[in-house]
Amino acid sequence: MAEPPLLRVSDVTVRFGGLTALDRVSFTAGHGEVLGVIGPNGAGKTTLFNVVCGFQQAQEGSLRWRGQVLRGHSPHRLAALGITRTLQGLGLFGHCTVLDNVMIGADRHARTGGLAGFFGLRRTAREDRALRERAMAVLADLGIDGHRDALPGALPYGLAKRVALARALVAEPDLLLLDEPAGGLSEQDMEDLGSRVRHLAESMAVVLVEHHMDLVMKVCDRVVVLDFGRVIADGTPAQVQADPAVTEAYLGAVPRA
Amino acid sequence: MDKLLTLTLGGLTSGAVYAALGLSLVIIFRATRVVNFAQPALALISAYVAFSVNKATGGYWLGFAAALLTGALLGALTERLIMRRLADRGHLAPVIVTLGLLMVLQAVAGMIWSAEPRSFPYAFDFRGTFSPAAGFAVAVVLVVAAGVLVLFKATPLGLRMRAAAFRPDVAGLLGVRVGLMLTIGWTLAAAVGALAGLLAVPPFIYPTALDSVFVHALAAAVIGGLDNPVGTIAGGFALGVGLSFVSGYVGPELVTMAALAILVAVLVVRPHGLFGHAVARRV
Repeated sequence: MAEPPLLRVSDVTVRFGGLTALDRVSFTAGHGEVLGVIGPNGAGKTTLFNVVCGFQQAQEGSLRWRGQVLRGHSPHRLAALGITRTLQGLGLFGHCTVLDNVMIGADRHARTGGLAGFFGLRRTAREDRALRERAMAVLADLGIDGHRDALPGALPYGLAKRVALARALVAEPDLLLLDEPAGGLSEQDMEDLGSRVRHLAESMAVVLVEHHMDLVMKVCDRVVVLDFGRVIADGTPAQVQADPAVTEAYLGAVPRA
Repeated sequence: MDKLLTLTLGGLTSGAVYAALGLSLVIIFRATRVVNFAQPALALISAYVAFSVNKATGGYWLGFAAALLTGALLGALTERLIMRRLADRGHLAPVIVTLGLLMVLQAVAGMIWSAEPRSFPYAFDFRGTFSPAAGFAVAVVLVVAAGVLVLFKATPLGLRMRAAAFRPDVAGLLGVRVGLMLTIGWTLAAAVGALAGLLAVPPFIYPTALDSVFVHALAAAVIGGLDNPVGTIAGGFALGVGLSFVSGYVGPELVTMAALAILVAVLVVRPHGLFGHAVARRV
């Protein structure tokens, strides 16, 4: 039997009152793959991410992680499963230094629980060192280790975005969810991001919600297109670009001659 | 000159208590944006437990330990059983509930231990200008305050607690157990509060023994900035010395008024405390 995909979303439906935000959405994301999720504003992209993160419960349908159905899925269990997410904007802790921000993201690997960390000072010191080293390694990898003691608010936006990415990466996830990672980035930063995402996909699955089409088409192996909560296309970037339903969703109905 | 020294040392001793109780308010305020008006009652019950253990066993330190444990337990229970249910009920509900808890616990203390003042021992000899008991109070508060600061600033647990306080949603997404962090915060705060109670209560314990101390501790926390532990500890000691001067040079009857005047003055000039930083609140 073939190994199940890392994440399988099956027939997920979410309604807010009379509005159907997601309508029987299904797709999979596998190891080594970059999956793009695109669609016009209000298509349900963020709702879909929220379902995968457990912020939002689906009324119908299921999520499978490594073949297991996720029941009572909630955000704080996400990191332990091996899923991390970056947020639209930054979502950084403004009062904590860059290094501290990244160290919070390293929590998945913290062995001592709350009370043990409370009393076992010696063990905490060792744990602290290990966390710090891994956080520094990720910062160095993203070329921002020089800013470790800065507060996020003092950094240019492009660098702060990299801090948010570093925080998601330090937990060494198997699935990385990127919510508009290119928002507000310069051309050069977007180039770097593209090649970085390709590089990351060698060791994990990446799901990317993004508005910059050129970035999506360049880095994604597969693209899922949402419109009014439905999946209207699912395929390679070339297939999706050639799909008339996609053009219609973005540009409105094409008058037929 | 002698008088100045005596007043300063006396002020530092009572300031230590204000600092400790203020610190317990700050720990909870940082974590939940709630001023825990039930804090003096939690400390009071803890001190009464110390009183009972003391009477039963005759040992001061056993009672001391029992009080700290009681405080920690009461703090954890208050968060788990009561405050957690109020998380989405706006800003006013926790204030009213903690005020209610204050009154209920004071009444319960009166029912169990009676409203009569009972004698409560000092840790050490309390005679002299700067007695061993006073020295102990100042030292233990400084050590505890330093410990709390190190916990917040330099440990992974403290980092997670700060993260859970500032952005609970994001912290949860990163695997921080936000609820557990709140419980730990309340536990820690109530234990520090119990310590303050043990230092403040002697020579007599009665249900309203900590009321005026609480007013001063709240003033210390507001002076220092409610989210600033260092400022609050400094504010506690400064207020203790300041009020001691008022008492010694002007008159003891003016102490409470002076505390309130300082509180009002600080709130008018620096609403976020002398050491606090202004927080923009989204409306």
